[in-house]
Amino acid sequence: MSGFLAVLVIVLIFIVIFQIAKASEYVSILKGEKKARQQSNRINGFLLIAFLVLGLIGVYYCNNLLKGKILGESASVQGEGVDTLIYVTLAITGVVFVGTQILLFWFAFKYQEKEGRKAFYFPHNNRLEVIWTVIPAIALTVLVAFGLKHWFQLTSDAPKDAAIVEITGKQFNWLIRYPGKDGALGRRDFKKIDEAASNPLGMDWEDQLGKDDFMATEVHLVVGKPVKFVIGSRDVIHDVGLPQFRMKMDAVPGIPTTLWFTPKFTTKQMKEKTGNPDFTFEISCDQMCGSGHYSMRGVIIVETQAEYDAWVAKQPLQYALAHPAPAEAPKADSTQKTVAANIGKP
Amino acid sequence: MSNEATLHSQQEVMHGAHDHHDHDHHHEDSFISKYVFSLDHKMIAKQFLITGIIWAIIGAFFSVVFRLQLGFPDATFPWLESILGHWAKGGRITPEAYYALVTMHGTILVFFVLTAGLSGTFSNLLIPLQVGARDMASPFMNCLSYWFFFLASLVMMASLFVQTGPASGGWTMYPPLSALGDASIGSKIGVDLWLISMALFVVSQLLGGLNYISTLLNMRTKGMSMTKMPLTIWSFFFTAVLGVLSFPVLLSGFILLLMDRHAGTSFYLSDIFIAGKALANEGGSAILYQHLFWFLGHPEVYIIILPAMGMVSEVLAVSSRKPIFGYLAMIGSLFAICILAFLVWAHHMFVTGLNPFLGAFFVLLTLLIAVPSAIKVFNWLTTIWKGNIRFTPASLFSIGFVSTFISGGLTGIWLGNSSIDIHLHDTYFVIAHFHIVMGVSAFFGMFAGIYHWFPKMYGRFMNNTIGYIHFWVTLIGAYLIFWPMHYEGMAGMPRRYFDYSSWTSFNQFGGLNQFISIVVILVFATQLLFVFNFFYSIFKGRKLTEQNPWKATSLEWTTPINPGHGNWPGEIPEVHRWAYDYSKDGRDFIPQTEPIGPNESAH
Repeated sequence: MSGFLAVLVIVLIFIVIFQIAKASEYVSILKGEKKARQQSNRINGFLLIAFLVLGLIGVYYCNNLLKGKILGESASVQGEGVDTLIYVTLAITGVVFVGTQILLFWFAFKYQEKEGRKAFYFPHNNRLEVIWTVIPAIALTVLVAFGLKHWFQLTSDAPKDAAIVEITGKQFNWLIRYPGKDGALGRRDFKKIDEAASNPLGMDWEDQLGKDDFMATEVHLVVGKPVKFVIGSRDVIHDVGLPQFRMKMDAVPGIPTTLWFTPKFTTKQMKEKTGNPDFTFEISCDQMCGSGHYSMRGVIIVETQAEYDAWVAKQPLQYALAHPAPAEAPKADSTQKTVAANIGKP
Repeated sequence: MSNEATLHSQQEVMHGAHDHHDHDHHHEDSFISKYVFSLDHKMIAKQFLITGIIWAIIGAFFSVVFRLQLGFPDATFPWLESILGHWAKGGRITPEAYYALVTMHGTILVFFVLTAGLSGTFSNLLIPLQVGARDMASPFMNCLSYWFFFLASLVMMASLFVQTGPASGGWTMYPPLSALGDASIGSKIGVDLWLISMALFVVSQLLGGLNYISTLLNMRTKGMSMTKMPLTIWSFFFTAVLGVLSFPVLLSGFILLLMDRHAGTSFYLSDIFIAGKALANEGGSAILYQHLFWFLGHPEVYIIILPAMGMVSEVLAVSSRKPIFGYLAMIGSLFAICILAFLVWAHHMFVTGLNPFLGAFFVLLTLLIAVPSAIKVFNWLTTIWKGNIRFTPASLFSIGFVSTFISGGLTGIWLGNSSIDIHLHDTYFVIAHFHIVMGVSAFFGMFAGIYHWFPKMYGRFMNNTIGYIHFWVTLIGAYLIFWPMHYEGMAGMPRRYFDYSSWTSFNQFGGLNQFISIVVILVFATQLLFVFNFFYSIFKGRKLTEQNPWKATSLEWTTPINPGHGNWPGEIPEVHRWAYDYSKDGRDFIPQTEPIGPNESAH
């Protein structure tokens, strides 16, 4: 019923606007084309300048309203460079934005048609054209140079002592694997994947390197220690998005990718910093991957070395989960159960 | 060969090919040949335009539906269930329906509205009229171009009604998601229909594009050298060149995808475990598709924006009563954009694991595009400087175009810089960027074109008052919708999410999303007002009383108010000057057909 009423109201508004529009057309015919044009020119000229002023105030207001809701300081060392580049780009493009918009609407207002005014025949001017070819080119060169400097830093090889975490996307969650004590991940083959046998990643149990690997439901990282993510996918393309760390990398089936960064703050510090007791570092899937795309959430916990070590000590090895001792039933604690339940999800 | 002879002989060929020897040559008389299988470029333009308008309403309505979900994730809308059935059980759309709507919104708006509806309409209408030709080089191919588009439309429309729904993997249709029916319900028959429709669409674009190029290269009237052409024609030329060179690449990508789907090949598939089993495919690369797709996909955004640029240049000059500033620089920058358009595609792929060294070149070339774009903006600003501007709806939309093109273009400098792109990639920042720069801007260019050339199409005016309301609500609404999205993107909020409520990083924007959705509904309603104005004015608009209502110099205004097939009743006029002699030597305007006077100053 309310829907019907809403449609009725909209139709009525349409009819009113239409009648006014028709009437104003008759009036303009009566008044004469020239007079009607002068009047509509005055109104639109005024609206253009009003739009400029209100628009710029709106930009300022919008910024005040929302600046607290975007991410604060970068939570990774590498992200600081991205933020600097954003500020430099914001400054340059901001000046150009305000300047050109003011010129556009001011010119439109100032040079609206007036009785007796003659437009200025000004087909070209080489000097002006050279100026506004060269100045943008210089500004862009600066931005390219800055940008590429950061780009090569961000995409450089991870330091040798970086921790390694493997993140594999699947519809619709993340499988997280740690290399264990030897610091090296074991071999995988997608044909060996067997959910029922606790082998969701298709680990090759012949490979000695894989025997001490363990899987987790959350990514745990040590604050201040560089970490390298080895990223892959089991089915379609996903993307590991780390907004607080300013990092992102696609997870492509068959083509492993990597990224690395150094977390600056622990989760606890971030909770205090943001004043938000619910603060969590999240992994968002940033590449459309199917109907559950929006729910493909991963959690990262950044903690001190001591907390991290204590956590690692509690993690069961995946090899052990996949090869339960035949005599005794594996006594799983609650974390184990969630791991098993999670990776067992289709 | 004169235009007359060309046109005549083509009709012969066409009729011969179809064994219509019994058919006499007064084909204008029959309803079918005048309104349906018309060979008149003006009628074909109208067909493209009206089909485009219908698609635009559908595509925009889809966005209203998914904005309802984003703005009011907890509310139910029972009327949705009555139109969408089990896709909106209980009045809330399902994630599957949401992704189908998002995908179709993108496909429809990018291809069917802003490619076919925009350049299809105005290239067809204006190329023969502004270069002084009786019709296209091949009117029959032109007719086929529309009907292939119509077929593509039918197939796409049909895909909306199949049991498993239309394609729903995003308009870019990335495999493996789009290649595997097990990965998504929309990747079952929906993707097949999508691919077939797009293949037909590519055929339509090629038939149209080759026609536009050959017409404007070969069939210009006497005196119409290339540098005397209005900028509209130059922009249509580069648009057609971009389309002809890049659409075939897209088609090849689609054919490989179709083979991966049905012929067991592994072009894009490797190492996949889905629906409980490992697939046999090995050795393919999912990234290959992205290269093929974006090799069209990037030029595509220029296919969309160049015609708008051309029309805006024309409208700004006419309504400022001034020549366009820097005509040659405008052509040069169009040319530069056209070349660079082919060299920047991988900037859509900075986070795919692309070689960083290769990425560096794409950063450089991408930011290089800002130079010709800046030249164009400054030239438009100088065009209105010291003008005598008449604010018709067309000129207001042109000013709006320049404003949104600046806003959206500047954020392109952010995204083109790969380091910033890492953070902003696939967030709402990208949505804001491309909607402003190629959605809103292109629509503004299209609206400018429609208001400006409506009198030429139908011999009547559209209602100005509705036009002004349309412009102001759309301009203000567009900024209210897309400006705040930049902030959401800065917070890393990913695009294509059905619901943000479970995310601690992104759930702070609930109120903002609601606000945006409300503005979307208002703006959508205003577009319906425009559509009403359009159709009402075709039949009831104020009639034209003079040939040249805007006092413009270009050739289309030398034709009769309602030109027949062939455009000029007598000889095609000869051209003596460029199209921008406004306010020269104390005269308001000098038509292109007027010979250069002995005492006239050179420009």
